[in-house]
Amino acid sequence: MADTQLTKKDFASPNEVKWCPGCGDFAIMNAVRSGMVAAGKPRDEVAIVSGIGCSSRFPYYMETYGFHTIHGRAAAIASGLKVANTDLDVWVISGDGDSTAIGGNHFIHAIRRNVNLNYVMINNKIYGLTKGQYSPTSEMNQISKTSPYGVIDYPMAPLKVAMGLGATFVARGLDKKMKLSEEICIRGAKHHGFSMMEIYANCVIYNDGCHNQLTDKETGDNNVIIVRDGEKMIFGTDNQFCLVQDGFTVKAAKVADVAEADILVHDEKNADMGTILTGMRPDGGLPLALGIIYADDTKKPYDDMVFEQIDAVKAKRGRTMDQIMQEGHTWTV
Amino acid sequence: MAENAKLTSAEQIVVKFTGDSGDGMQLIGNQLTALAALDGNDVNSLPDYPSEIRAPAGTIAGVSGFQMCLGDHKIYTAGDAPDVLVGFNPAAVKHSAKFVKAGGMIITNSDSFTEKALEKVGYESNPLEDGSLKGYDVKAIPMFTLVREALADMEMPNAAKDRCKNFFTMGVLCWLFNKEKQLVLDFIEEKFGASSKKPKLQIAEANTKAFKAGLNYGETTVMFQERYDLGAAQIEKGLYRNITGNDAAALAIAAAGEKAGLQPFIGSYPITPATDLLHYASEFKDVDLVTMQMEDEIAGICCAVGAACAGNLAFTTTSGPGLALKTEAAGMALILEVPLVIVNVQRGGPCTGLPTKTEQSDLLQSMFGRNGDSYMPIIAANSPADCFDATFQAAKIALQYRTPVIVLTDGYIGQGSCPWKVPTMAELEDLTPYVNFWKPEDHPGETYMSYKRDPETLARDWAIPGTKGCQHRIGTLEKDETGAVSHDPAVHQYMTETRKAKVDNLAQVLPGVEVNGKESNKILVISWGGTYGAVKGAVDRLIEDGKPVSGINLRWVWPFPPNLGEIISKFDKILVPELNMGQLSLMLRAKFLVDVQSLSKVQGDPFREYEVIDKVNEMLGE
Ligand SMILES: Cc1ncc(C[n+]2csc(CCOP(=O)(O)OP(=O)(O)O)c2C)c(N)n1
Ligand code: SF4
Ligand SMILES: [Mg+2]
Repeated sequence: MADTQLTKKDFASPNEVKWCPGCGDFAIMNAVRSGMVAAGKPRDEVAIVSGIGCSSRFPYYMETYGFHTIHGRAAAIASGLKVANTDLDVWVISGDGDSTAIGGNHFIHAIRRNVNLNYVMINNKIYGLTKGQYSPTSEMNQISKTSPYGVIDYPMAPLKVAMGLGATFVARGLDKKMKLSEEICIRGAKHHGFSMMEIYANCVIYNDGCHNQLTDKETGDNNVIIVRDGEKMIFGTDNQFCLVQDGFTVKAAKVADVAEADILVHDEKNADMGTILTGMRPDGGLPLALGIIYADDTKKPYDDMVFEQIDAVKAKRGRTMDQIMQEGHTWTV
Repeated sequence: MAENAKLTSAEQIVVKFTGDSGDGMQLIGNQLTALAALDGNDVNSLPDYPSEIRAPAGTIAGVSGFQMCLGDHKIYTAGDAPDVLVGFNPAAVKHSAKFVKAGGMIITNSDSFTEKALEKVGYESNPLEDGSLKGYDVKAIPMFTLVREALADMEMPNAAKDRCKNFFTMGVLCWLFNKEKQLVLDFIEEKFGASSKKPKLQIAEANTKAFKAGLNYGETTVMFQERYDLGAAQIEKGLYRNITGNDAAALAIAAAGEKAGLQPFIGSYPITPATDLLHYASEFKDVDLVTMQMEDEIAGICCAVGAACAGNLAFTTTSGPGLALKTEAAGMALILEVPLVIVNVQRGGPCTGLPTKTEQSDLLQSMFGRNGDSYMPIIAANSPADCFDATFQAAKIALQYRTPVIVLTDGYIGQGSCPWKVPTMAELEDLTPYVNFWKPEDHPGETYMSYKRDPETLARDWAIPGTKGCQHRIGTLEKDETGAVSHDPAVHQYMTETRKAKVDNLAQVLPGVEVNGKESNKILVISWGGTYGAVKGAVDRLIEDGKPVSGINLRWVWPFPPNLGEIISKFDKILVPELNMGQLSLMLRAKFLVDVQSLSKVQGDPFREYEVIDKVNEMLGE
């Protein structure tokens, strides 16, 4: 079989998948496999780097090169791997704790550098592997093993942070919305630059139902908005709500109450809009934004510039190793 | 010409420059180093930076120094007490006069001894006049006055003229040490003249005039009764360059990459005194060296491990506090079994400690500073020039054994300089045989197994991403031979033993150590890394004096060389001088059950030969 006509199944490794039955990570793995198929690289030119966590077991289940590394450092490791071989399609799979707590520094700087990585942060708002401690994305008052009386740390908004760093691709998915997560992984895989994909997942054991507000069959859709480039931002179980401008920001309104022309249209190239969308939260009266929130293909990735610079210095200085060694004050004995 | 200035031949001269940091002490020191080296002397030098970049001018805290030793024979250190101190202001004289040899020479700029300057450093009266420097041969030269006179016809502000005092001083020294003046004139032309990269013609002219004024001053005043003449040292033929240890290591990194046929890669984060290495290496883009300045040391080593996993020849460079941050990721390279070289330029610790000062106190951190049983080879460079070879050797072993290797240098050899015999790329060992990536076409009928090993080196089979059909998963969890995660007790026992055996086995292929002096004797002095020079010099002198002393140097500090135990057993007493509280001594005692005596010094300053000699004499009961 030619490696170019791969299907999702071809990306499954023979290893038994050891996540708990019902874990949100299964759905995300499925979406990532779609992304890899779309990227069109043979399996031996794909590398997955992960940190430590339940989600970071991911590489073992994939029929690609895989590196299960250390807690929080996957972004830095993957940056080196990508620069070392830019022909590889490099994915990072990381948990919310792995990315935003111990790995916050590397996460920030990999985004800032715009290294050409496909970065999937699986956000279950809990430390799964270590059996249920709160994370920087846990909600206020959340009960966990280390917050038996409720979390009193304010949660962070990783995608808003990403926007602040000048991210070039920012998207959010949800385990239960399989098609959308697939779409995101496919676009992310094709994006030239750092693709920041946050995908919400349920942890059936330690944070079960953490995303119920978003996934509830009856009311969930009133709390999320799926944004699509060029389309009006309308949401709700019966598409009864929309986003309209409100001074410097946006507010939710009933479609019936506003003029059609006032309904905002999503523009994935608008960074200010992206910043607002990534900060929206249901408890702030706005739906959680899902979909491709921001995408900018014009900013050069770091790894491209590394080699452009090397070529430029070669053209300009073009020294050989012998010449370099013989530079400076030399004398012959 | 001062007719009474006689030319005395000398074997070696120690010169120390001190002045305000920002006054160009390193520059003038490096110039004299180059001048002496060009004239055939062997030279060794050591800069001494204050930890603040610009401490207030004219204060003791702001004094920056540069010491060098030039000789007509092999010179191993920057020397003990200076014969000549060039102290450019009252702070410099106050700071350094006490180090000068009794009767030694102090050259200073008397114009800088103003009342205000004296007051700033707490001199109640002028030491040039009050007799407090009696016992030294003080040459108080009104440098500003003389330089301004020499440049009287030039349109320049006085402050700019005053800056030419360094070349004036070079003139005096050139005369005093009987050096070839043309070399300095060529240097000025090269650096500032019309043919230079950034011509600064006025500066070229001013410095030339100042330099000539200095020469004339030496020749025509009666101030100097003696000049020194050093013969040429017996030095192996070849092309030489004066080099710092940090620069030498940077060159080795690029050279090793090329000789291995791999892209060299450095992941790093700036830290004193290792930063210069990264500075210099960052210039080598034209020979494909990738340098990534990361967000911290952890990211530095992590991106290097990532690059190693992809088949680059990867390095990370740092100093003690940075090495501390790298521990977990160093363990990752170890359990992944990928080649990685960690260059650690040691400084005074613990924690931030003495950033600009030297120490050898990271040996135990290098040895044991990781969780789990995690041995890795450690090589210690013994001179600035040797940093090239040590780093190159480390790269070879890392590749051959698929292991992280630590190169220990220190502030003294990293920033100090000495002549380096420049190798040609053709002369350097071909490293391609050690790369040996696993490719299916080389193993027909076999399936790839990520932790199958070479029976001799125990290096694992290694297929890098992009290798056709070899996709596989590796990680930091314990695994079996196939690379599959395993928590089986027997597997962990086996893998731990195997990882250790891999490093132990390396000893079999390492060159044995050679004894300087008799193979069996009363005292054996063991040096490692930066103590090599002082110990070698001291042992040579003790042997000359007929003392029952021998010396050895450990280049690989882990694993120990195969013949070390046997050598040690032939001596009554073992002495290990170290710039720490006895770290190698501890390892030697543990390994060989011998009563090693430790001579420890933690003053931010390398050993002087006399300190080793005194200790040996004490042990001999003399
Ligand atoms: C240096 C280090 N500190 C702590 C741990 C323990 N640890 C492993 S995973 C983890 C948190 C995992 O949470 P997350 O990243 O959200 O992943 P999840 O398990 O939820 O998928 C922690 C604290 C570790 N392995 N290494
Ligand atoms: S503990 Fe939670 S995150 Fe981990 S595998 Fe189980 S369900 Fe998934
Ligand atoms: Mg989590």
